[in-house]
Amino acid sequence: MLGVETMGFNILKHELVPYPKILSYKEIKKLLKDYDIQKEQIPKLLITDPFARAIGAKEGDVVKIIRKSITAGISVAYRLVVSSER
Amino acid sequence: MIMETNTPKKIAGMKFGILSPSRIRKMSATRIITPDTYNEDGFPITMGLMDPHLGVVEPGLRCKTCGQQVGKDGCNGHFGHIELAMPVIHVGFVKTIRDILRSTCRRCGNLLCEDSEKKDFLREYDEHIERDRSLTEFVKKVLGKSSNVKECPHCGRQKLVVELDKPTTFREAGHKLTPSEVREWLEKVSETLGNDLRLLEIDPKSAHPEWMVLTVLPIPPVCTRPSITLESGERSEDDLTHKLVDIIRINQRLQENRDAGAPQLIVEDLWELLQYHITTYFDNQTAGIPPARHRSGRALKTLAQRLKGKEGRFRSNLSGKRVNFSARTVISPDPNISINEVGIPIEIAKELTVPLRVTAHNIENAKELIQRGPNPVPPKGRIYISGVNYVKRKDGRRIRVTYNNAMDVAERLEIGSIVERQLDDGDIVLFNRQPSLHRMSMMAHRTKIMPYKTFRVSLSVCPPYNADFDGDEMNLHILQSEEAKVEAEILMKVQEHILSPRFGGAIIGGIHDHITGCFLLTIKKRKLSLGDTIQILSSINYTGDIKKGMTGKEIFSTILPKELNLRYRAQACMNCDTCLEEKCPYDSYVVIENGELKMGVTDGKSVGAFKGKIIETIAHDLGLEAASNFIDKVTKMGIAAISIVGFTTSIDDEDIPEEANMQIEESLSNAKKKIDQLVRAYNNGELETIPGRSLEETLEMEIMRVTGQARDATGEIASKHLGMDNSAVIMARSGARGSMLNLSQMAGCVGQQAVRGERIHRGYQHRTLPHFKKGDLGAAAKGFVSSNYKKGLKPSEYFFHSMGGREGLVDTAVRTSRSGYMQRRLINALENLKVENDGTVRTTGNVIIQFRYGEDGIDPTRSVRGDAVDIDKVIKEMI
Repeated sequence: MLGVETMGFNILKHELVPYPKILSYKEIKKLLKDYDIQKEQIPKLLITDPFARAIGAKEGDVVKIIRKSITAGISVAYRLVVSSER
Repeated sequence: MIMETNTPKKIAGMKFGILSPSRIRKMSATRIITPDTYNEDGFPITMGLMDPHLGVVEPGLRCKTCGQQVGKDGCNGHFGHIELAMPVIHVGFVKTIRDILRSTCRRCGNLLCEDSEKKDFLREYDEHIERDRSLTEFVKKVLGKSSNVKECPHCGRQKLVVELDKPTTFREAGHKLTPSEVREWLEKVSETLGNDLRLLEIDPKSAHPEWMVLTVLPIPPVCTRPSITLESGERSEDDLTHKLVDIIRINQRLQENRDAGAPQLIVEDLWELLQYHITTYFDNQTAGIPPARHRSGRALKTLAQRLKGKEGRFRSNLSGKRVNFSARTVISPDPNISINEVGIPIEIAKELTVPLRVTAHNIENAKELIQRGPNPVPPKGRIYISGVNYVKRKDGRRIRVTYNNAMDVAERLEIGSIVERQLDDGDIVLFNRQPSLHRMSMMAHRTKIMPYKTFRVSLSVCPPYNADFDGDEMNLHILQSEEAKVEAEILMKVQEHILSPRFGGAIIGGIHDHITGCFLLTIKKRKLSLGDTIQILSSINYTGDIKKGMTGKEIFSTILPKELNLRYRAQACMNCDTCLEEKCPYDSYVVIENGELKMGVTDGKSVGAFKGKIIETIAHDLGLEAASNFIDKVTKMGIAAISIVGFTTSIDDEDIPEEANMQIEESLSNAKKKIDQLVRAYNNGELETIPGRSLEETLEMEIMRVTGQARDATGEIASKHLGMDNSAVIMARSGARGSMLNLSQMAGCVGQQAVRGERIHRGYQHRTLPHFKKGDLGAAAKGFVSSNYKKGLKPSEYFFHSMGGREGLVDTAVRTSRSGYMQRRLINALENLKVENDGTVRTTGNVIIQFRYGEDGIDPTRSVRGDAVDIDKVIKEMI
């Protein structure tokens, strides 16, 4: 898997790129239970997305995205890593 | 009653294919051979276009294929077919046919590429399917690769260029290909390629290429093209039937001529004619051929025209629905009506009904209601009383109530029937004005039956509907179930929409004269006579004590809730460098303590729509009921006050003394001098360029700056001579209508006209108009209007002003259409999203779109201008 090292520019250090975290199996289970959803109902993130590549996410991973937000201070979202659209 | 089983099912997918000739014959109820429809006796001819095997339209007749009647039994008719004498190309598939012909060999029918390459393609195809990727790009690649080959790698035949001569003629190296030849070619292709057809995105199971050339034409059932019987007893056929008649006629002639061994030329002509008719039968707007016309010259509406466009089946019949229990008429204002009400003409009230379910508890009331009949005489003192139009019995029968049978129907009324009662005061209805751009475009009102023929609305609800009274019409819908009524009452009532979800402030409030009225009432220390005080307070049904010599502020305070505490700068605030707050010399610092207006003037920023601080605060702190009450009262008080003070405006409000005019002229000539200096400096090359700009740009920017200053300066001079006793100024300063800029353009000078943000520069060679010297860069030559609207513009100025005005007009037209389309697409994409109880935003498929609504989970209507909490206010209240 590719990581930040292979990219010419470390996008993770950019202010607008969220703080990355790949969830563990346990955390995923808790997330699915908290929201009463299946994995497919999580918003998707393409594996070819520079952010996914930079953190070395694999297909089926769930990424936690922590962003700065003007209105909410900190906003948390999750993305399911997929290999293709649909 | 039979219960229908309605198990919800999920659509897994949809597959489109092409009908094969054998399939068309198999589903055909009869073969059609005669172009005639009815015989002399008016009976349909067998094997004609109206053959009863194709289904029937007249009620009572039975379909000869299934023996059922139309409508109730549910016979929607059956397809028939015509055997075409010669094959014909289907217009809908010409592009696909062209692609296939270009990429395959005519002799062996194989794809024009090496076997190894084909294998690669197949592998790539499977990969695409596996990954669920779009095939569009892939097919383009296959076609591109295989249509660039000179010679077939399989049989060695030279590849000739295939051209498509629009709309339906194919040529191979200049030689015309007949549809028969095309069909043979395509047959060969599907034979050799077999399953490999998938490389061209064709599934051989549901579509063979040769089926794109028609040999059999399906004839749609009669229900698809019903004939209309005119009053004169004459039959008028549907456009489709007309077209089919043409097709059959030519088909017959072609057959006869061919069988009789007519010359090739004649046969070919007829063949082409058949092709034309079938092409226009599918799409009568095919590019490159004249549309088939009716005898009257009207173009026929054929298959594609039935589906396409705004009036087509999709946009008009499937996405657009029509409703009953609705009304539409012109709106007009009523200053005394509440924002939650709508005035309804008696005529409309008598027509629209509300269903009333009869129970043991209300049966006596219902009987009394029915006894009134459909046209009750109102009792003394009332102008209207609701009657009953229909009674729907338990067995489903609907009985029209008339003057004669009213007693009888009432007598026989049973529990469980539904009485369709006419509209009455206090019913809840939906009121809507197009375009419905936001949720405030459709709100629930309580009815108030009134004389005359227009819907009456409160002036305060004009901003959310974006309505005025220059002929606007609005729609009204009567709610037909208890659930709907309750839901509308809770969610859609006007008072629920006082705060806009757009910016969290009030969108409903006083407008125009309401604001002026409140301004005049509360300005400075206006004292009112006892008579005037009573006059104003009576307008709001005031019940408290009245003192002698009350000030306007005291009168205004009577409608403020006791809990109200506010401090803010009024609209009239002059934006001084340091705000003196309580000591404001213009009385523009508003202080409300415990519901008492201590100081400051109430204007647009207090009671106006979009800005009204008082309305906002009441809505937030004391609830929407209180806010709606306040709006009703403040508007009435404003009107009462303005009526007492008296208010008028005319063009002489912009009169300024002669000395002011001289000052303005001087200021303008100074500006002109400055510009001339700049131009001179530019010509002599002495102008200093602004970094990053060219010399010309620098000059333009400098001149624009000077002209802008000049206009403002004249405005300032003018407004110095227009005091607060001036009606126009009062309106502008209080935020009721107009701005100081409008005034300075009327009294001072109109200013620089611009097109695309630049001074006007186009027109003649090196000049804008022949009135000026070539190369003149001065103010007047480039669109500076130094006159004012009151004085009138010089001819050249008038021309420049029109140029600027035209640009504005075009801009708005373009903007509205573009933003309208964007809105449409956005709404279509977002209409099914819903905020769930856990705060997530999900689609109907329960897929999460946002984990927290808007990242912060805040409802903007309950926010303070977008913020979740007004920290300053909370702190102030704590201390």
